[in-house]
Amino acid sequence: MRSKKTTRDFGTDSYAGPLLEVNDVATHFKTPRGLVRAVDGVSFTLERGKTLGIVGESGCGKSVLSKSIMGLLPPRNVVRSGSIRYNGEEIGSAKASEMAGIWGTEMSMVFQDPMTALNPVMKVGKQITESLRYHLDVSKSFANETATELLRSVGIPEPARRVSQYPFEFSGGMRQRVMLAVALACGPKILFADEPTTALDVTIQAQILDLLDEQQRERFMAMILVTHDLGVVAGRADEIAVMYAGKIVEKAPTRALFSSMRHPYTEALFKSIPKLALPSHSHLESIPGRPPDLVDPPAGCRFAARCPYAQPICTEVEPPLIQQDELAHVAACHFPVGTEAGNEALARNKAAGVVAADSKVGG
Amino acid sequence: MAGSGKAHLRDAHAALLRVEDLLVEFPVGRSGLKVHAVTGISFDVLPGETLGLVGESGCGKSTTGKAIMQLPAPTGGSVVFEGKELTGTKGRALRNIRTRMKMIFQDPISSLNPRRKVEDIIAEGLSIWKLGTKAEQQAKVDELMLDCGMDPAMQRGKRPHQFSGGQCQRISIARALVTDPKIIICDEPVSALDVSVQAQVLNLLEEMKDRYGLTLIFIAHDLAVVKNVSDRVVVMYLGKICEVGPPDILYSRPAHPYTQALLAAIPVPDPDVNPVDRPTLGGEIPSPVSPPSGCRFRTRCPLAQDICASEEPIIHEVSAGQYVACHFPMGAGDKLPMPTATGAKEL
Amino acid sequence: MADKVKVEKAATKKLGIAGVLSLAWMTFVSLVAFLAPWLPFDDYATSHLEALKVGPFIAPGFPLGGDQRGVDMVDKLVWGIRNSMMVALGAIALGFLLGGTAGLIAGYFKGKVDTVITGAMSMLLAIPQLVLAIALVAVLASPYIGSDGMNQFPSNGRKMIVLIFALGVVTAPVVGRITRANTLVWSQRDFVLAAKAQGAKNFRIIFREVLPNVAPAMFSIALLGIAVIMVAEAGISFAGAGLPADVPSLGNIIVGGQSLLLLGTPHIVFEPVIVIFLTVTSLNFLGDIVRARFDVREAAV
Ligand SMILES: Nc1ncnc2c1ncn2[C@@H]1O[C@H](COP(=O)(O)OP(=O)(O)OP(=O)(O)O)[C@@H](O)[C@H]1O
Ligand SMILES: Nc1ncnc2c1ncn2[C@@H]1O[C@H](COP(=O)(O)OP(=O)(O)OP(=O)(O)O)[C@@H](O)[C@H]1O
Ligand code: SF4
Ligand SMILES: [Mg+2]
Ligand SMILES: [Mg+2]
Repeated sequence: MRSKKTTRDFGTDSYAGPLLEVNDVATHFKTPRGLVRAVDGVSFTLERGKTLGIVGESGCGKSVLSKSIMGLLPPRNVVRSGSIRYNGEEIGSAKASEMAGIWGTEMSMVFQDPMTALNPVMKVGKQITESLRYHLDVSKSFANETATELLRSVGIPEPARRVSQYPFEFSGGMRQRVMLAVALACGPKILFADEPTTALDVTIQAQILDLLDEQQRERFMAMILVTHDLGVVAGRADEIAVMYAGKIVEKAPTRALFSSMRHPYTEALFKSIPKLALPSHSHLESIPGRPPDLVDPPAGCRFAARCPYAQPICTEVEPPLIQQDELAHVAACHFPVGTEAGNEALARNKAAGVVAADSKVGG
Repeated sequence: MAGSGKAHLRDAHAALLRVEDLLVEFPVGRSGLKVHAVTGISFDVLPGETLGLVGESGCGKSTTGKAIMQLPAPTGGSVVFEGKELTGTKGRALRNIRTRMKMIFQDPISSLNPRRKVEDIIAEGLSIWKLGTKAEQQAKVDELMLDCGMDPAMQRGKRPHQFSGGQCQRISIARALVTDPKIIICDEPVSALDVSVQAQVLNLLEEMKDRYGLTLIFIAHDLAVVKNVSDRVVVMYLGKICEVGPPDILYSRPAHPYTQALLAAIPVPDPDVNPVDRPTLGGEIPSPVSPPSGCRFRTRCPLAQDICASEEPIIHEVSAGQYVACHFPMGAGDKLPMPTATGAKEL
Repeated sequence: MADKVKVEKAATKKLGIAGVLSLAWMTFVSLVAFLAPWLPFDDYATSHLEALKVGPFIAPGFPLGGDQRGVDMVDKLVWGIRNSMMVALGAIALGFLLGGTAGLIAGYFKGKVDTVITGAMSMLLAIPQLVLAIALVAVLASPYIGSDGMNQFPSNGRKMIVLIFALGVVTAPVVGRITRANTLVWSQRDFVLAAKAQGAKNFRIIFREVLPNVAPAMFSIALLGIAVIMVAEAGISFAGAGLPADVPSLGNIIVGGQSLLLLGTPHIVFEPVIVIFLTVTSLNFLGDIVRARFDVREAAV
């Protein structure tokens, strides 16, 4: 049953390939300062029902990547390239009018800030049913029932009363549940969750993440979980991609990533997290310096200036994303962590007293 | 009173700062209702100690920090700093105390005036109190900038918007240090920063603490961060203290059900810990306008009994140095009977 | 560093053709107004027979024509611009001094102080602005009985000061309100708390921390304010409470020429109207540009 307003049919369920194939996607912004290379050549695939975690520091391009895939960026001053195939169908260059048939029913999104993403002057029930009525052309009463049912399924008590309330009558955690109900309304095949819990408290964060997990399993939905917190993805993603300055620097099945991280950035990110298991006052290993300017990224490896493994070649030749010991594990580094070349490079730097290529003034 | 009690306070003469029965209420519009932001909490800080203050958003951490600084003065209770009562102190005497008691704020950008140069921002404390000549002030600023990992020659004349969040927090730290304070209240100094930068700032704070012999009150909602820097941790919930203790004990065997739930909710960067199997706390945080009677945590507490609604638990010692305000504190190894999300996720 | 330079360049680029023209016109008008006494213009009382009621571009040497008494319109407009500008700048300065201070104090201290100041401003705002200004002029610049028992008429200088005062008083609550709103926002920021936490006194905080942040918005209002006051001055002239006819202002030139509008000399009215129109439009544009530039700085934060 497809919407009467869908202008294109996006693939068939019989397509055997991966649900989403992203190939060499780049998104650049034209700004007065120059071209901001926010996403610069990213590739990955996502299978049905699986979860891909995307982690990285603020500004590394996580949100821009998700918005590019969903076609949510305004066309003005944006340069897009690369291919995005959804269910075998190319959508990388689809117009917004064509994408409208995908939003909600095939892909939907939960944003970081539940406060601004909901319309403050529209009743919660209406916000949930809007896309439902648009896409599925169902009756008002049916839509209303569905809204109540959805609110119940995301764990909101007294859903029948709540549908006719406004967002300000909900707490932060409840608003995020409403956002999730809106996103799930039309039964999407992929959910983009862009830092869905960053604005929430830990105990509420755990509730929401469990809820996402449960809904995903029930609906056999694929998910892209964007976060800056390695802890959030550790137990919840099948595969993790680590982004740095607009590029994926390492991608691996979750277990492989944590047991044998290969990229120095992944390692540094992991080491700089304060961990509960460590005794208090233990020294944290911080990453010196700050990420490069995306208008004028350095030649070679973009992490070189902050990398404890870096050698002269790192600032000259860009390391390709190549396979590590396991099939699905790729990393872009000349001297991968834990390999012979990596250990040698680290030892050489240590002997020479260099912490990183450029670490005099920290950021 | 609820979650009250002072069993955990130490010798009054030894403490650099002692807060007793601190009460802060805000009116809600003209309705006559009140936000019970902080309701009768007590704690003390010894010289050279770092006291961590944790709890979820809205539990009154910042309000406590500001009430200590008398910004604004609390509705009730007492704050004794260096043996002097601060509540009721006014004018120059109070302003003078603020040279020895500083504060660092959460939002690194909002806490720096965008129209002033970095050197002026750092030197402001000296300039207000006319301490030293211009040249001496300049020398002090340069020294502090170097200490805090900045390059004075390059960065002195810049304005805050030309810096990243982490660097802005360095500027804030330098600004706090300029009048040689005894105690610094850090209100979530790293919450707005990226993990990689967070570690830099935490290390800097520890380093400065040693170098200048500081005492810190470190406010945060991240338990791991608090554990890393603190000598003693106070866990707050909805304007009350739940539990007080040394971090290693508090974290290895929490006695308050809320502390345990909070610890269980932290996402750990370890794929072998399945978060779905861990217990999660249900329910929402109640409104501080009409907090629950008795123990304020009872509406979400899996252990709650009738007495929790009728009687407020008083802080008492459960093991050496560990104090808890709960009618049914948990012993070592006790697990909370909390529901887990059903089933395990395939990896 | 490089970032900032580029950002500023971008803002200059945004000036656009309208901005450049506005800036050019305002520079020209201001120069003329300020330098009038030193420029080779005639006194506005000198009449020329050959310019009597002559339209523009007819008599050689009188490009803008002459008025009903043969005064060169160029001379008249130059002095008119000068006087109108003096009134407008004076009134704005006074309005900002009174209103700005009140707004800063109300917005910073809040509470009772705010209630009192806001109340006073609302009262002033409740009276239509022009009516209030005219009433003030009528009261302060009316003839009075001198020491010799004779009716004394206020001097032209006194009349101008009274006009400036009246327009300043009318401007103050408007400026006050906007300043208060901006001050409220900025004094919420943590850096104000940080200054307090260092032991800074309130007035130091107002001047060092709050004012520099409120100032750009105030400056852009000031530009619009000048435009509004120039129009108001013309309005007051119509009501007969403006500058005396022998002290030309853009307003009273229009009023003076108005009766002759249909008698073949419409240029006496249209020329000052065009000057006012161009000035008001330019100030509007520049006000917008100042605000946009201010926003760029904010966005860079
Ligand atoms: N519309 C835009 N115009 C210009 N630059 C942009 C635009 N949107 C994003 N950017 C830049 O692209 C980069 C990546 O931004 P993005 O929002 O994807 O970061 P992120 O990884 O999601 O960070 P965060 O964790 O802070 O959300 C940033 O440097 C940002 O400044
Ligand atoms: N000026 C104020 N007026 C009214 N209510 C206030 C005011 N300041 C704080 N509150 C309320 O007091 C309670 C405690 O706030 P506080 O800022 O101390 O919390 P917090 O623990 O610092 O939280 P966060 O982690 O979000 O910073 C909250 O419910 C808050 O809404
Ligand atoms: S070793 Fe070289 S290639 Fe690898 S991360 Fe470091 S700088 Fe980049
Ligand atoms: Mg983002
Ligand atoms: Mg706070």
